[in-house]
Amino acid sequence: MTDDTAARAAGSTGAPPRVGFFTDTSVCIGCKACEVACKEWNAIPEDGLELTGMSYDNTQGLGASTWRHVAFVEQRKPLGGQEPGVGHGNHEDHEDIDVFAAARGLGAPPGSPLAPDGRTELRWLMSSDVCKHCTRAACLDVCPTGSLFRTEFGTVVVQEDVCNGCGYCVPACPYGVIDQRPGDGRAWKCTLCYDRLGVGMEPACAKSCPTDSIQFGPLEELRERAAARVARLHAAGVTDARLYGADPEDGVGGDGAFFLLLDEPEVYGLPPDPVVTTRDLPAMWRHAAAAAVSLTALAAVCFAGRPR
Amino acid sequence: MSGSDVSRDGVEGARPGRDALTGAHAGRRRGRGRGERAVVPDAEFSSYYGEPVLNRPTWKALDIAGYLFCGGLAGASSLLAAGADATARPVLARTAKLGAAGAISVSLAALVHDLGRPARFLNMLRVVKPTSPMSLGSWLLAGYAPLTVAAAAADVTGRYRVVGAAATAGAAALGPVVATYTAVLISDTAVPSWHEGHRELPFVFAGSAATAAAGLALAGAPAGQTGPARRAAVLGAALELGAFRLMKRRMGLAAEPYETGRPHGLLRTAEVLTAGGAALAACAGRRRSRVLGAVAGTALLAGSAALRFGVFHAGVASAEDPKYTVVPQRERLAARSRPGGAEGGRP
Ligand code: SF4
Repeated sequence: MTDDTAARAAGSTGAPPRVGFFTDTSVCIGCKACEVACKEWNAIPEDGLELTGMSYDNTQGLGASTWRHVAFVEQRKPLGGQEPGVGHGNHEDHEDIDVFAAARGLGAPPGSPLAPDGRTELRWLMSSDVCKHCTRAACLDVCPTGSLFRTEFGTVVVQEDVCNGCGYCVPACPYGVIDQRPGDGRAWKCTLCYDRLGVGMEPACAKSCPTDSIQFGPLEELRERAAARVARLHAAGVTDARLYGADPEDGVGGDGAFFLLLDEPEVYGLPPDPVVTTRDLPAMWRHAAAAAVSLTALAAVCFAGRPR
Repeated sequence: MSGSDVSRDGVEGARPGRDALTGAHAGRRRGRGRGERAVVPDAEFSSYYGEPVLNRPTWKALDIAGYLFCGGLAGASSLLAAGADATARPVLARTAKLGAAGAISVSLAALVHDLGRPARFLNMLRVVKPTSPMSLGSWLLAGYAPLTVAAAAADVTGRYRVVGAAATAGAAALGPVVATYTAVLISDTAVPSWHEGHRELPFVFAGSAATAAAGLALAGAPAGQTGPARRAAVLGAALELGAFRLMKRRMGLAAEPYETGRPHGLLRTAEVLTAGGAALAACAGRRRSRVLGAVAGTALLAGSAALRFGVFHAGVASAEDPKYTVVPQRERLAARSRPGGAEGGRP
């Protein structure tokens, strides 16, 4: 794989391996420790306290002052294996627990009442969303000031002392991640804790995650781990499990932060097939050039006609 | 207690104490300050509580739609100015030169005003970035705006004629690009109703620029000199309306925001004003009527402005509704998996 080329193409030589997040939503318990740790570490201001009625999600979505967002989806569907500490194959202390047997026991047949009041089973999907640190990042491509840049770790970061608040990155991002902060005017988003990476620490959200749902590391290693995890979940009967953003051949060249989901991406508010808008930029310029020539020709025809 | 079932298809039964819908195809929440819109027979799709996938563009309508309009008016006016100079139509030339200089100044002011940090507007010229239409556009305007000002100043003062002629020619060379690059500016986003129109939108904007410049010329120059402007009005209107029709036909579901709500009203108005203005302009030519010309010119200017606002608001509406993001992407995935047969979730 050529993940390092992202950083190298941006001029970093001898760069450390590209790093990222693997967010395994099958073990997310919705505690929002990541949201809190992110706010705390990055000193992000409060951006609204309201009760939305969207399950336990009062954060609503990613934005200028929300860089981690835990989604809560309630479904009537048998669940499978949403057990904290389910082995990733590298946690020796859990090796003796047959979690898959335990997980199988959790899934009651659909429609069978669990509670005496007649309520049926509820599947709760929780997922901690974040900037994807795209391999081909639209926000970075369209930024006119060079404020958004690719770091030596292959991540995408805004230089706040350069950003002039033009707002172009906001509609460019196919995931609805980056946003302009009201009152401040500049664009803000997850930096993958660039300051912490620099001194060899993992990002605050991954550090705080009690179930290792958020895993940080070199992207190649994360992809291997993720593939193994999906295989184990499939073997355990959790056929809904799928990776999102892990494919380097997708419309954004693969995400630096990718996910293991238990339903379609759009159920979590993620686009099912995002494409970096600048992929079509050459075609756009060609059409604009043709239109400019047409306009010139139109004017020429108008003057070439009859005098007066 | 609760007799409700939360299913993948929404909620069945009563849900005491709560009214939030969950799961697939949940009802659209009251978006950030947006009125509820009637839902046309919907394609089936899932979303997260009806929340948009994209973040809403933060651009202010008056600034950015105004910028699109003024850029078009200026760019096409520079063409009229050069043509008028070449064919000895002095009043038409002066009107067009002043129009170009004025419009591009207003558009620059709008662009700076829209910045979150206006004091840092010069950061636009920090780098040259071919992947950013706003970067290239900034450099384009940095070259174009002084040319229009020089051309207008030389015309008004009657001095430095050679410099004025060179500036007029330079502005005419850059003008068409100024008028059409704004289409690339907004198409180069993830906003469905802007991006999906990236092939035809430059032609729509070219036509709209021609009608706007023709409108200004008709309003500002005597009927004896506005023959080319009247022809530009008719041809520009045909180009604009034709390309717009084609665009809507080709862009699939993303055309819907152009045909509903406020954008629809604006675009209908634009169509009536542009077509009516062009027809009036043709009549004004036959009658040699200055008043009729002024009315036609005003209609054409207003029509071009309404088009830009309509396009702007349609894009914003398409970003605010997850349907326009999710459904076309789903269809794309389905189409891709059909021949290969790799159905189902990706591994
Ligand atoms: S997810 Fe959006 S903000 Fe993050 S790198 Fe990709 S385009 Fe940029």
